[in-house]
Amino acid sequence: MAGIKSYGAYIPWHRIDRNVIYSAMGWLDPTTYTLGEKSVANYDEDAVTMAVAACINCLNGIDRSVIDGVYFSSLSLPYKQRLNASIIATALDLRTDIRTADFSASTKAGTTALLAACEAIKAGTARNILVCTADCLIGKPGSPQEEEYGDGAAAFLIGKGNVIASFQNFYSVSYDFMDAWMINTDKYNRLGESRWIREEGYSKFIPEAISGLMNKCHLAPQDIAKASYPCIFPKPHINIGKIIGFSPEQIQDHYFGTFGNTGTAYPLILLVASLENAKPNDKIIVASFGSGSDALAFQVTDEITNISINNKNINNFIANKEMLTNYNKFVTFRNTITVEKGIRGETVPWQQTAMAWRNRKELLGLIGTKCKECGTPQYPRQRVCVNPNCRAIDQMEDYRFSDKKGYLFTYTADSLVFTVNPPQIYGLVNFEGGGRYWYDLTDCKADDIKVNMPVEMTFRKKFTDANRSIYGYCWKAIPVRT
Amino acid sequence: MSGIKDKVAIIGMGCTKFGEHWNKGTEDLMVDAFLDAIGDAGIEPKDIQAAWLATQYTEITIGAGGIPLSQTLKMPYVPVTHVENKCASGSEALRAACYAVASGAYDIALALGVEKLKDIGYGGLPDFSLGNQGKRDRLIQPNLSAPGLFAMLANGYFNKYGLSPEEGKIMLAKISAKSHHNGAMNEKAHLRREVDIETIMKAPIVAWPLGLYDCCGVSDGAAAAIVTRADMAKSFRPDPIYVKAIQVAAGTGEELMYNDYDFSYVETTRRASRAAYEEAGIKNPREEISMAEVHDCFSITEAVTMEDLQFSPVGKVKEDIDAGRFNLDGEQPIQTDGGLKCFGHPIGASGLRMMYEEYKQLQGKCGSRQIKNPKLGLTHNLGGFPPQCVISVAIVGN
Repeated sequence: MAGIKSYGAYIPWHRIDRNVIYSAMGWLDPTTYTLGEKSVANYDEDAVTMAVAACINCLNGIDRSVIDGVYFSSLSLPYKQRLNASIIATALDLRTDIRTADFSASTKAGTTALLAACEAIKAGTARNILVCTADCLIGKPGSPQEEEYGDGAAAFLIGKGNVIASFQNFYSVSYDFMDAWMINTDKYNRLGESRWIREEGYSKFIPEAISGLMNKCHLAPQDIAKASYPCIFPKPHINIGKIIGFSPEQIQDHYFGTFGNTGTAYPLILLVASLENAKPNDKIIVASFGSGSDALAFQVTDEITNISINNKNINNFIANKEMLTNYNKFVTFRNTITVEKGIRGETVPWQQTAMAWRNRKELLGLIGTKCKECGTPQYPRQRVCVNPNCRAIDQMEDYRFSDKKGYLFTYTADSLVFTVNPPQIYGLVNFEGGGRYWYDLTDCKADDIKVNMPVEMTFRKKFTDANRSIYGYCWKAIPVRT
Repeated sequence: MSGIKDKVAIIGMGCTKFGEHWNKGTEDLMVDAFLDAIGDAGIEPKDIQAAWLATQYTEITIGAGGIPLSQTLKMPYVPVTHVENKCASGSEALRAACYAVASGAYDIALALGVEKLKDIGYGGLPDFSLGNQGKRDRLIQPNLSAPGLFAMLANGYFNKYGLSPEEGKIMLAKISAKSHHNGAMNEKAHLRREVDIETIMKAPIVAWPLGLYDCCGVSDGAAAAIVTRADMAKSFRPDPIYVKAIQVAAGTGEELMYNDYDFSYVETTRRASRAAYEEAGIKNPREEISMAEVHDCFSITEAVTMEDLQFSPVGKVKEDIDAGRFNLDGEQPIQTDGGLKCFGHPIGASGLRMMYEEYKQLQGKCGSRQIKNPKLGLTHNLGGFPPQCVISVAIVGN
């Protein structure tokens, strides 16, 4: 029986009250006024890093060697060429004899990737596929999208046996509907008229897909425990449920005023939320919107009570947040405005491709070595053991630090090096189980950092080399917030 | 392993004014230091049989190879070797020249260090992204700077010995105030202004707890030494200075990757100084070393170095600082020329600049900064970061 074996979401630490954006830019178009908060990726996050974070939450202790593929979906793929799913697979230290693919070009791509994974598992051509989705969509200053879009990610491990929710069926509709579009050279997307999107697209495609799915499965609206679909417009969101025949409690909270429209990831973050509150035998539906709609039906199993709960659930993300009170910082994080970096800030490490390839496990995967003679974990990778009482040569095996917790041994807040979020905080991390090295800290403020505080590792963007079109990735430490 | 104690003598030294030499290039600084040194030794350029050139930021300062020196000074077809060992580069050039004459391979050798840091176009040291750390390491390491890394040393020291940030910062401020006092008297120093404790304490923070006055000057400059065999030295001058020890130690990185190193000391300094004391036959450094120029890239480095060199008991440097032990009129003056703090830190030149001061002090030529009857002077460089560094320690005497 194919289905979801595990799930995880990720919402970035930073939020902004939409009123902060409106106060800065609302003079341009007063009709952009939108209520609530939205999530904002840190300056060192993008769709790939957020997807990795969601995958780590999803994989929480699961043996990664069983994964036969990674399907990544996003409208904000950092790389147009260079498979983003392969960056994610390397960061997660997955096997290399796997299939990887990026799904894009529509906010429907997330459900399409989920469907593709479910069908591959059902067909028996793969044992387990990791489906992840993330978006970090940037609205043009003064546009409604600038207030609407939030950042976030979700991940699901799709496989057979011991599933927490079995895949039941699907129904897809495809339309060339220009609610939003971009061409190759665009930095921002464009929207059609909102009334037309609402009446002709949003309020029609989702009901068509969900009703089609229920017909196909011989289900009535009252059979459904929870239906998740994105909120593009708050009032029509509830009307869609009414059109289909759902009562309000059957509709998953849309978090539009909490995280915002997280694009491709949106319906799947909502699916995570509905799974977090699901009971055995619940029938749940997820549907997307964008160039049509996919609707997928799952039936929750008894296994839902056995899943090892990751503390990083949606409520945890809601509780742990840092408000951005400055619009300029928000647009600086997204590189919407170009700030002065000085010569020092313009200087970036030269990531030569052969060197990056050779050291990919170390750089992207945070894979160090562990001495087979004395058992000492060490990072960066060594051939001669760093333990002065051992010094064995070439007795190393791979050792993954990315999933190890540690504590902060010492740190500093540096005002000299350039960062768009000064001061730069970094410190020495001692890992549980051994090993120590220094790392940048992120998602924290200097005043909140304490010696000995527990930290964990997070995959982040290290630099942008604009001259060579390279995003450098690395691992940083963040305070444990569960 | 007998070392080179009393086998080599310094017979001439030169040093430019350190500072922001907007109108002097690397070549000008090399010529100035060289002329100063050969004038002091009373020799001609043609007398130099071999030379070592030191820079750290080679690609900014001068370019690779020995040619920048041989071509600038027109030293025809003698061996010139470019050495780089981070902030110990100048001392490394001196070590090479000393070994060259100690071995008997040459009679007269030159060590010259130079750096033109103010050509980078911004304050502080060049960003480490420029390749100084190695491309792979730079991708692995944090977005770090020197002040931040040494700030961790300060936090580690304060934490271990129970100093409040206020107490710790006052201790460091006294170190900087002392160096400003000495530097103000030195016409070749970069920063020549007395600064009081209050000003130091109130300065903007660069990397907590280090403020502006906890950081040394970033400067342009050059310094040079001419060495010969000890038995020949008196034929050049009546007051040559003899090399008692010159040692370099490079760390394994185990402080950073393995052990419980707590950022309250620098293990490599302890190792290098022990080797130097053994070479020089020194049993009690606190009593026997008259004065020292140590690598005060940051005030905390000087504090920790006092303990690592065994000038102060471990954990007790504050008592010695409070007692004025390291002041110009104290029992063991440190940074009599202003140190890196005020003389400035053109990296490749710094080790030789330190030796220039010890040499002049031992010859009694330091005017208002002259200390009484110095017997042994010590220089110390720290290249890199406290848990991952190369250290030089040299000891000279009459």
